Amino acid sequence: MLPHIAEITGWVENSPASRTGLRPLLEVLHHRDLVRFLALRDLKVRYKQAAFGLAWAVLQPLLGVAVFTIVFNRIAGVAAPGVPYVVFTYVGLAGWAYLSTSVNECSESLVRYSALVTKVYFPRAVAPLASVLPGLADLAVASVALAVLMAVTRTAPGLPLLALPLALLSLVVAALAVGIWLSALNVQFRDVRLVLAFFLQLWLFVSPVVYPPDLVHGSWQYIYALNPSVGPLGLLRWSLLGIPLNAGPVAESLLVALALLVAGLYYFQATERRFADVI
Amino acid sequence: MNDTVIEMAAVSKRYLLGEDHPGASLRETLAYGVRRLRPGASRPRRDELWSLRDVDLEVARGTSLGIVGRNGAGKSTILKVLSRITEPTSGISRTRGRVAALLEIGTGFHPELSGRENIYLNGAILGMRRNDISRRLDEIVEFSGVSRFIDTPIKRYSSGMYLRLAFAVAAHLEPDILLVDEVLAVGDAEFQRKCLDTMASVERSGRTVVFVSHDLGAIASLCATSVWLDGGRIRRQGQTSDVVADYLASATTADGARTFQERAGAPVSLLGITVRDHRGVATTLLSRGQAFSISLRIRLSLKLPGMDCAIYVATRAGTRVFDEMWSDRVAGRPVGPGEYEVSAVIPPCLNVGDYVVGVWLGTSYETFLDDPAVAALRLEGSTSDRPERLVELPLKWTHQDAGVGTGGINNTGGDSWTELNKSSKLPS
Repeated sequence: MLPHIAEITGWVENSPASRTGLRPLLEVLHHRDLVRFLALRDLKVRYKQAAFGLAWAVLQPLLGVAVFTIVFNRIAGVAAPGVPYVVFTYVGLAGWAYLSTSVNECSESLVRYSALVTKVYFPRAVAPLASVLPGLADLAVASVALAVLMAVTRTAPGLPLLALPLALLSLVVAALAVGIWLSALNVQFRDVRLVLAFFLQLWLFVSPVVYPPDLVHGSWQYIYALNPSVGPLGLLRWSLLGIPLNAGPVAESLLVALALLVAGLYYFQATERRFADVI
Repeated sequence: MNDTVIEMAAVSKRYLLGEDHPGASLRETLAYGVRRLRPGASRPRRDELWSLRDVDLEVARGTSLGIVGRNGAGKSTILKVLSRITEPTSGISRTRGRVAALLEIGTGFHPELSGRENIYLNGAILGMRRNDISRRLDEIVEFSGVSRFIDTPIKRYSSGMYLRLAFAVAAHLEPDILLVDEVLAVGDAEFQRKCLDTMASVERSGRTVVFVSHDLGAIASLCATSVWLDGGRIRRQGQTSDVVADYLASATTADGARTFQERAGAPVSLLGITVRDHRGVATTLLSRGQAFSISLRIRLSLKLPGMDCAIYVATRAGTRVFDEMWSDRVAGRPVGPGEYEVSAVIPPCLNVGDYVVGVWLGTSYETFLDDPAVAALRLEGSTSDRPERLVELPLKWTHQDAGVGTGGINNTGGDSWTELNKSSKLPS
């Protein structure tokens, strides 16, 4: 068990200088029970209309697959490297569903808990962190349909399957990296959600969801890989379907996600002192 | 070992009003930023509000500190800084141990969650383990008295149930420091007594209580030391009896009338108070044995159904002598916008001494003003060497011959006073 911050320092300080450095992050670690509580609660709400909640997690990517297979594969002639396009797109859409849902939830997390934020102190970063976890359950549900799809199309996963946790972690990092900025901005500016819908639409088009990243050639690859979703989606397809990784762009994209997360945490920390006054 | 658990050094808190108001839109802010880039553009002035100014405070383990002051004096802000909900603009506030706060009726409750879930949520916020919370669950539910509704979402609770649960949670999750703001504003007398008892036992068990209340009697009974906040600054600090006496004395004026600023945004505000003697002369020097009147000038800025007010009178030591509500006696009260003068006549019942008049304005759901010291009065006259007492009542005295064989003739008129006297048991 991690000691409470007060047990380390004796005193808990509240001053203009107290919310800097690693201390707020340590506090989040200490409040991991709270993270778990909020994440489980979100999950329960989401699956309360149980049948539909479960069905939606499968239907959403399946419907997408149907549309995109017709439009991209049959009409535009986009193909996937080494695996059936249907399976390729299903994995991409499931990963994308996680990213877009989590970023959405994350951006709303503090506003949704405003009743708490104004009445009680807890490390504010707990809210956005907890909001990107329930989406993982959707992924688990979606993976059942994926197993069926892979069996039907005779696509077998290989050894890279062992790296699946790493791929999932990278997805969480990417969602949090974008979401934590939005959660803090949303406290101050209420029109963030309007911008977000448009932003997510654009993000989908520039992400390798329904087309393989190999469509982008040469040095464009590295500009393309500034997108923090390129790495996680690549890792996900590699571990599940064995699609070879384009190491350079993937590593670059992961680094971008990490950098965005660190900068986001910094911004969050700089603004969280005002949350209760502004929200 | 140093036994201080709360320390504030030169703490100030500024709120900005104006341009970057809460809920500003990103678009406006960006447009504003672009405008400011142009040469010659000046930064518009923003209104500042210093809610706390250079506050120094030290509280020892196992003691209770009371905080008194008018509305807007910074009492709630001090608790928000201590609980870390908001950060001071300058200065340092430090606390030692777990801090639980019960602010402005309701702690960190999430309206969509059930009572039970909120108990766990609050425990987790305090940094407690799930097992520790489970162990105290029964105790909390029992204290709150809402066991039937414990799995109902909090948003369906009445304000009384909400408060009960909030207090039960704050007091039973074993915080080292308990911050309580105005819990006694709602809830019945029985529950209020339970709250005070619990706070006292929290203090006895070596933990620390900081208590904000308009009920000066409650503060006096619970807190040995107190702080009087005035305009964000500490005006007086020390023994509760001294602090309360000074605070109440601040309401004293020579003539009987006082005026106040209308509070912006409040649906109802108190514009003035006038104390008049039995001849109708505005004065605060009254004579014992004569009725006097208290008049409030009230402005309603909008239609406010159920608008109500209360006048209460307390001694300088903070003991409330009476607390009377308009709605207790009058059903048809005005509710439309406008200015009203509301008067009440106080019969000659107060003994010689100094008193403080408090005023409450609100509806059954909301309190807009609760100020225990809007006016002070002095009753003069002879005390005829009687022992000290608060009230003088026109008791109706009776007697009957209780001797053997006389038949016991009752020689009184049989009004309600007699009935009362007959039915009450005499101490044996």
